[in-house]
Amino acid sequence: MDNTVIDAHNISKIYNQGTFPVYAVNNVHLHLERGEFTALVGPSGSGKTTLLNLIGGLDKPNQGSIIINGQDITKLSANELIDFRLHNIGFVFQSFNLVPVLTARENVEFIMQLQNKKKDEMQTRVMQLFKQIGLEDKMNNRPSQLSGGQQQRVAVARALASKPQFVLADEPTANLDSLSASNLLDIMAKLNAEENMTFIFSTHDQRVIERARRVITLVDGKITNDSAPTKTTMEIQSATLVK
Amino acid sequence: MWLAKMAWKNIWRNRNRTAITMSAIFFAVILSILTSSLKDGVFNNLVKNVVGFYTGYVQIHKQGYWDEQVLDNCMEASPKSINQILGHSNVASIASRLESFGLISSGDLTKGVMVVGIEPEKENLITSLKNRLVSGGYLLNEDRSVLLAKGLADQLRLKVNDTIVLIGQGYHGSTAAGKYRVKGIVQFGSPDLNDKILYMPLTTAQDFFSAYNMITSYTILLHNINDLSSTASEIRASLGREYEVMTWADLLPNIKQHIASDSNSMKFIQGILYMLVCFGILSTLLMMMIERKYEMGMLVAIGMKKLQLIFLLVMESLLTVLAGCFLGIMASIPLVYYLNKNPLKMGGETARAYERFGFEAIFPASTDPGNFFNQGLIVIAFGLAMSLYPIYKVIRMNPLTAMKQ
Repeated sequence: MDNTVIDAHNISKIYNQGTFPVYAVNNVHLHLERGEFTALVGPSGSGKTTLLNLIGGLDKPNQGSIIINGQDITKLSANELIDFRLHNIGFVFQSFNLVPVLTARENVEFIMQLQNKKKDEMQTRVMQLFKQIGLEDKMNNRPSQLSGGQQQRVAVARALASKPQFVLADEPTANLDSLSASNLLDIMAKLNAEENMTFIFSTHDQRVIERARRVITLVDGKITNDSAPTKTTMEIQSATLVK
Repeated sequence: MWLAKMAWKNIWRNRNRTAITMSAIFFAVILSILTSSLKDGVFNNLVKNVVGFYTGYVQIHKQGYWDEQVLDNCMEASPKSINQILGHSNVASIASRLESFGLISSGDLTKGVMVVGIEPEKENLITSLKNRLVSGGYLLNEDRSVLLAKGLADQLRLKVNDTIVLIGQGYHGSTAAGKYRVKGIVQFGSPDLNDKILYMPLTTAQDFFSAYNMITSYTILLHNINDLSSTASEIRASLGREYEVMTWADLLPNIKQHIASDSNSMKFIQGILYMLVCFGILSTLLMMMIERKYEMGMLVAIGMKKLQLIFLLVMESLLTVLAGCFLGIMASIPLVYYLNKNPLKMGGETARAYERFGFEAIFPASTDPGNFFNQGLIVIAFGLAMSLYPIYKVIRMNPLTAMKQ
């Protein structure tokens, strides 16, 4: 059985600044298997977010192919991409993830409403996810009544509600205190283990990197290191981040 | 359904902004309905006054009479035609007239006069002629006497019970001459009518003009003047080409033109109101689009189709406009009914001028339900038209750009 979730070949994203082309992502190859828990690290401007946007179908590369679930998403139209994202990719953004007028429960149901899921199926899934993120008692709270960490946990639940191929998280802990960040990581790790869900997240946070099972380092749009976070690689990451 | 629910929640995410928008729509709808109702009320009153003077709402003549108003173009008073006309459900009453010109003489004074033969009681139903009596009594069918307009009586120095001599040309070139008693004097606001009109019973007029059983027009009173055009068309179709059926607008084109020109001025004022509503809605939409740009980008990023987002935004606009419109219509109903029962009164010289012409110096409001419905619909249409802006923005939106705050 093919466990490949993402297979990106030779992808580049080039921005023109005046007459000079700037490579935000430069000839990157990336292969992700089901169940991976991968951190994308690198200094600011290294291309982490651009790479996430490309594999999330939010942006198109200037060259290369991105195969997800057997489909080259670089060939899809804007409308086809919306539908593809709905059914295949879960997103957790840095902040402002939730619709403020909806309750936590409605925010999670929202994605399943878009997928036209049946009511009882939605209810079962919502209950299961809120149990997994430990917020059963906050289901009917609005986002403004939740802490930043709780909001991110609801965002993770929403990302998983559609049963996607993988979840992309762009610096999910960036605005959280250390306890909330640790709780969020626990939940992501738990969901990764329980649902065999593939997670790929960009981060600057050393504690997040420590929890990843695979760490990909980007510098100037190129992958400079791709390995499990051993003590040596951790030192490389730290050096890269400091630089 | 869930999108409609979400739209309703979105409306209340910024209560102040929604309240301001709804208030703008609310007041615009009230002003618009009031303007429209007053405009219709004033025009209907004007028509009622003018038409009630003399012409009636609908007149029927022999084909060609209106272009050449001579006695030889009269028609036979036919019970069959009368029954056909009375058969129409909107016809309340019908009165026959025989009109022509003659010379009136008293002592050594002579004047040109418009002689109108009428069926006294039926005529009174249409023009309330009895109410215009200032001295003497009203005509009876069998009378061989006349009613004189006050201006004419003054010029000829005539009083009630004086005698006049009438001469003129009768039917088919015969000579018409007769001596009649003045039974009453009527006063009209319009100097034109007041200086030249003389009424006599229809049979007396037919005898005077030697036009036995002939009339020049049927004047019709309607139950519902809103169905004027359709009633005229249906009567026209039932009577055939032998007759011409004319509405007050055909008979008094200058009044119709005056109403049309005033109506255009009113439309201009209403146009300004609609523009204010549009700016109110558009400014809210602009603020909303800026405020929710990131959120919209995020929704499309996670898989919301742009059509669904457009539906959500249009629904929000529609609900806001509908709520504002509904409240505006509800508030204007008692206001319009109050102004209908207690019309605004004109004052000063204008009021005196109106009264001199026999018009009521008031601005009544029309309670025609069409005004409420139409103004509501127009504001809703403008509200929806303004939604084109967010639709355009969503169509062009790139979720990634929208999320870059």
